[in-house]
Order: sequence, then structure tokens, then C-alpha cells
Amino acid sequence: MKVFMLGWEFPPYISGGLGTACHGLTKAMNDLGMEVTFVVPKPIESNLSAHVKMLSPLQCRPLDSVPGKKATTELPDLKNVTIKTIGSPLEAYTTPQYYEQKIEELLKQRPNISDPSDDIEPAVEKWLRETDEQIEHIAHEHYGGDMYSEVHRYAASAVRLAIRENFDVIHAHDWMTYPAGIAVASVTGKPLVIHVHSTEFDRSGEHINQMIYDIERRGMHAASKIIAVSYLTRNIIITRYGVLGEKVEVVYNGVEQNGDGRTLPFNKIGIQSDEKIVLFLGRITMQKGPEYFLMAARKVLEEMDNVKFVMAGTGDMMHRIIEMAAQMGIGHKVLFTGFLRGKDVEKIYQMADLYVMPSVSEPFGIAPLEALNYDIPVLISKQSGVAEVLTHVLKVDFWDVNEMANKIIAVLKYPPLQLTLREHGNFEVRRLRWSGAAEKCGKVYQSILQKN
Amino acid sequence: MSSVCFYFQVHQPFRLRHYTVFDRSPRYFDEFKNASICRKVANKCYLPSNRLLLDVIRRLEGRFKISYSLTGVILEQFKKYCPEVMSTFDALAETGCVEFIGETYYHSLSFLYSPDEFIAQINKHTELIQQLYGQTPRVFRNTELIYSNSLAETIEKMGRFDAIITEGADHILGNRSSNFVYRPPNSEHMKLLLKNYSLSDDIAFRFSNRGWQEFPLTAEKFAKWINRVNGNGHCVNLFMDYETFGEHQWEDTGIFSFMSHLPQEILKHPDNCFMTPSEIIDSYDAVDVVDVPHIISWADIERDLSAWLGNPMQSGALHDVYKIEKLVKQTQNEELLADWRQLQTSDHFYYMCTKYFADGDVHKYFNPYESPYDSYINFMNVLSNLKERCSESFVNHNGQPLRKSS
Repeated sequence: MKVFMLGWEFPPYISGGLGTACHGLTKAMNDLGMEVTFVVPKPIESNLSAHVKMLSPLQCRPLDSVPGKKATTELPDLKNVTIKTIGSPLEAYTTPQYYEQKIEELLKQRPNISDPSDDIEPAVEKWLRETDEQIEHIAHEHYGGDMYSEVHRYAASAVRLAIRENFDVIHAHDWMTYPAGIAVASVTGKPLVIHVHSTEFDRSGEHINQMIYDIERRGMHAASKIIAVSYLTRNIIITRYGVLGEKVEVVYNGVEQNGDGRTLPFNKIGIQSDEKIVLFLGRITMQKGPEYFLMAARKVLEEMDNVKFVMAGTGDMMHRIIEMAAQMGIGHKVLFTGFLRGKDVEKIYQMADLYVMPSVSEPFGIAPLEALNYDIPVLISKQSGVAEVLTHVLKVDFWDVNEMANKIIAVLKYPPLQLTLREHGNFEVRRLRWSGAAEKCGKVYQSILQKN
Repeated sequence: MSSVCFYFQVHQPFRLRHYTVFDRSPRYFDEFKNASICRKVANKCYLPSNRLLLDVIRRLEGRFKISYSLTGVILEQFKKYCPEVMSTFDALAETGCVEFIGETYYHSLSFLYSPDEFIAQINKHTELIQQLYGQTPRVFRNTELIYSNSLAETIEKMGRFDAIITEGADHILGNRSSNFVYRPPNSEHMKLLLKNYSLSDDIAFRFSNRGWQEFPLTAEKFAKWINRVNGNGHCVNLFMDYETFGEHQWEDTGIFSFMSHLPQEILKHPDNCFMTPSEIIDSYDAVDVVDVPHIISWADIERDLSAWLGNPMQSGALHDVYKIEKLVKQTQNEELLADWRQLQTSDHFYYMCTKYFADGDVHKYFNPYESPYDSYINFMNVLSNLKERCSESFVNHNGQPLRKSS
């Protein structure tokens, strides 16, 4: 099985769970012997890239590739996974309309072409050259790279890569890569699977960005199969995007085991001071419910004093949340660490007595699995996909801050609760491996290929 | 001769209401939920079953006998929520074909933690049974049929009981049959009645199981199995939860019509009869000693305590409950004592069981909690409040601690 996979980020340069998920999934697919070509945007080093966080594994290396030419990386532990990056400047412009028109022209040519690799390639190359020119042209006209243009630019480059590749199925992760998926499917005739890690309704509540919604909807309807990370997400796809239920399969995420099954048991007991630590780890943004964490923290602090609340992460609500903590008069009890990576994440997990994920809407949520992997008890909102797979955790409605505080206090106050949660939680999370997810993806591919 | 001995366990706990660490109210129990569950089960099980069995007893003119163990807690609930059930039990008691068995009033695990409290609760239960039905229980069953040699010793020392009912677990019987009367080691007087779990579970668990090769179970078929005991056993002890009729096995499974026909089918064989537990021990001598050095119960396949003591939350909560025994009793406050005793009901600890939680199963029955963790948190919050109330009762209105009586 050869998979042409379209992604937006890949570790170690990630801004959230998507990169982690892509890494875990491709690694497990690799172990199962599937061949994966993974395409990520590769921004050239630019100080103008702040508006969008998309990074590639090669970002730190000197760039020698001619713009538009593919660069290929093979990671040592991923023998069958080839990472392809697209040398696209972040300020790439091409209007969606232009791109769509171009795809249509290409499609018109397609029936006359018997061997695509010979004949369509020049056509694509011609188009892309035009695009490049156009980009330069537009770039001079107006500045201000926007996400949509970048998404379509990525799509164009993906098509160029795809024509030279041999694969059975296209697998696109989240809306940024759906246009690329549609384009590659149109040009190559291969089936498209889209993998929904989150929807616009999760990120923005009811105030959705219409443009993104449209891209998502188009991707979902163009796909042969949709993979949702939870039933929660599957329901959103069916009810909000008008997709037939039979088309949507649920594949839960997994978690990568830290080290060789080495756990960090009882790391807190008797070692550190008597101050308890309650951890929030995630983007500080509406979707993750940081304000509910603070409101619960205030209630907890009314009952007990020897506890600190650590908020690890950054996000658009960071300043508001810091101010809110100060207004509540609990500023000295809430610590902000900023965005944490690698060893720092490990360290903060080791210090924590409880991990809280108060998400307002969480399609899945890998972080609780990581916390359990580190032997930390977990409290998650019922509005999360991961609540469907975890039983040995505490669950609460995100808006019920009273109950959230009640449960936080219980974990800190009653040691047997912490002990039982750790014991069973760590055991349970061992069953949630990426290998299961990769196998299920494989079955989804098979089901499409058999139908065709 | 096969004497069939039916014993039905009747119990519902006082479930706790949702109680957070911020609550200060001294009302711990969910009146609404307890009332509605009690009424629901009464309508589906207790009332129709009582009427049916009463009818069978009258129809067979005293040849059908049964026994009940009614906990003090369920009797309180009947009185409070559905007194009509009380009158049907009165009618059953008046037939003279019904025996009432002794147990702990609060359906508690006190035997494991406090011998004094254990005996106090048995006495309280006996008083209630005497008062309601004019019988003094001669046979004892412990909560969830929890039993060991040392329980037999404790009960024998009380001097009131002649027999104990427990599980006929394979590992205590070896290749012996549960269809005889046994006795504990080092006792001449005390007898043991062991549950025939195979035949009991055929009714209680397998009756409506379509995957079971004996499905459907008819009265004729079951009577044949009873007949087979003739010649190699004295008694067949069919012990089960009363909720089997109408709740665990719904009415549409045919369980009621099965029970209505079973007695006459069994009595078709001239050597068969029905006996109450007391009649069994008066009629048959103990054939052998059954040695139970380690505690057993009738729960799950393990037949051990793991359903109530299987994780740190359960052992922690139980330990914490009995840790305040002295404190509660020192207050000499009846209300506090009653609240503390209600917290001892084994169901509270059963809800905290994580054993089969991930699979979802029997443990969920009537379980008011979404997870064992929620039940533990709720229980501990209530217990903390009770402890505070006890401590406060030693403080006078000026905030001065009173001298504790010892």
C-alpha cells in the first residue's frame, strides 16, 4: 500500500496536536509496511512568517533547493516514510479562483492523455511556471500573505509532486490540505481520504469563518471516505457539513509510549514541597476553555491554599487570561510558562498532580493520553473526543466549574483517588497505540480500493 | 429426599445525593431517587412477586415454603416510600410458611472492620424482625454471603443462631456437593447452608439467556434437575436476589409464570418437598466440616471481596468510615449515628469498583454514578462533612471544646 499523505506540520516543529498525530500515524504505518510520502509546506526562512505557524523539518538547514523544486528527506526511524517539502515562500499568492480554473483546464486535457507521467507533467509544469510568475506579479502588487492563498499554493505544489509519484491513495490531514487533496485526486484519479482532526466549529464556536467552512465542506464531499478522530467529530461532520454517515469512519488517535515503557511512578511523593500543582497544557484559546480553568481554580483556592495552577502554552487569549487571573485576585497562584517543547513538557508533567483539559470543543485531544503516559491523573471535559475512549479519568462538563473544582480538590485531598486513577489510567492508555489507528486507516484504504 | 430451600435477598441502599466539597448540608441522601427507585422496583418486582408467592402458598396449602432476608435499610424504605409492600410481607409472614433470616441491619461490611458494630447491627436487625413479624431469626446470613471460619465463631458466640448461609463455592467444597448440611470447624452446634450456585444461577442469571443451551428454561425441566438430586443430596439451596423476579429478569421473559408453575412441578415427585432454612437444619445433620480459613463471598466469578475492596479508593473509604466509629459513638447523637451507619451499606463501596468498569456490566445495575471515581469523590465529601459535624458537636456555643466523654 502506497500512501500520498498531505500534512501541514511535522515534529519537532509543531504548534499543536496535528503534527504529533501525523508523526505517530506515519510511524505506525511505516511499521506495518505501508509506504508513505508525506508532503509538508516548507517555508523559506522569513521574518514575515508570523501570521501562520507552519514549519518543516528542514527549516534549520541551509536551503539549496530552487524554488518549486522538491526536497526529499528520509528519517532514520521511518524507513518507508518519505518527507517531501515544498519550497514555497510564505508570501505566495494565487487566488483560489485562478487555481480552480487552472485545475479545470487540466482536467479537460486528462481524458486525452494515456500516460499521465509523460504528458500531463509538462502541462502542470507550464501552469506552475505561470503561477510562479503570477505570484511574483501579485506579490509586488499587494503585500499581506493570507492563509487561503498559501493553502492553494500548497495544493499546486502538491500536484506537481504527485505526478511524479506512484501511489494508491491520497490521505489529507485537516482543511489546509483538502484543496491539495482534491487537486491531486482530480489530476491522478486516485481516491481521496480526508482525515478530520478538527472542524471550524471546534476552533471558532458558532462564529465560523465561511471561507474555511467552504473548503472543509468541499473536501468532505469530494472525499471517498472521511476519517474522524471521534464520534463527537463524526456527528459534527454529519450534522454540520451534510455528509452521509456511511462515508465517515472513526479512527481514534493513539499515543507514543515514552521511552521503553519506563514510567515515572510516585515521582512526587515525599520529594517536593507540599505545594500541589494542577496543570493546564494547551493553546490558550477559546476552544481549550482556559477561562473555565481559572474559574475552577478560584473555587479550589477558596477551599485550600497549598496549590498552584500552571498554564503551559500560548495563544490569542493569553493576555486576557493573565488579566483575568489578576482581576480574580489569584494572580500569584497561576503561573504561565509559555509554549513548552520536548524535555520541558516532560518536566512539567512530572511535577503535576493533576492534568486538566477543560476544552469547550475538542475533536480528540492527545494531551490527556500523554499525561496518562506520564502517570498523571487526568480531568477532561465531556465535550472531548478522548472522553469516548478513556474510562479511568475524571470527566466534567466544561461549563460546570463548581464540579470541576470539586473534582480537582478531591484529587488533591484524597490520595487513594490519585493512586487509583494513576494505576488504572496508565494501564488503560497502554492499549491506545498508534498501531491500532494505522491498521484502521489501512482498512479504510482497502475498502475504497475494493469498491473501485 | 430433596428439600428445596428458597431464600431471597431483599435490599436497596439509601443512595447519596450529589454532594460536593462545597456542600455543608447535613442531608446526605437523595430522597427523590431513592423513592423513585424503590417504587419502581416495588411495582416491577416486590409487589407482583409477593402476590404470586402468596398465591402459590395458599394454592398448595402450606406445602410451599420460602425465606427472606430483608435488610433494615429496605424496610425503612418500604415504610417511607411504599407501605403497600409492607402489608404484602405481613400477609406472607402470617401464612406460617415464610421464615425471616437475620443479617446486619445496614447491609454492611462491618464484620471486616468492627466486631462491636457488627454485633450491634445484627441485634438492631433482629429487634426489627421481631417487632414486624414476631419471629426471632435462627439463621444468619452476612452481607453478600461474606463468610469465613472466624465469622462462624463470632456468630456462634452470640448464642442465638443455629445456622449460617453462605456460598457453595467450589474451592471450599472440593468435590463435595452443596446439597448437604455442613458445619464449620471446631463447632458442634452451628450448621452451614451452602448455596447451590449452579441451579440458583440458572434462574437468577441464565433464565433469559438465549445463548444458553438449556434455553428456554421451563418449570418441568427445572423440576427434573431437582429430581436428580434424590439419592445424592438432602437439600437444594436456591439463594438469589429477590430482584431476579421482574428486574434482572423482566416480566416478559416469563419468569413469573415459571415461578408460579415451578412449586407444583417439583412437588409432583413424591420425595421432593419445600423447607425453610430452619426446617432444613432441624431435619438434617451436618455430614462434614467445611473449612473456610479465607474470606469468601457470592460475588462475581472470584467469589471474594474484590468487588468491595479491590482498589485503593474502596479500602481507603472503608478504612476512613470505621476510623471515626469512636468519634461518632462519643457524640451520643442518634442522628449522627444513623447517618454514619447508612454510610456503611456495602453498595457505596460496590459503586467504587473499577474491576469491570471499562466493559460495563452487572455492576452498573441501579448504580447512580457515571464512574467509580465520581462515587468515591461523592462518598468522601459526605464522610468529611459527617466527621466535621461530629467534631462540632463537642464544641459548645461559645466555641469552647467540651470535655470528651471516654
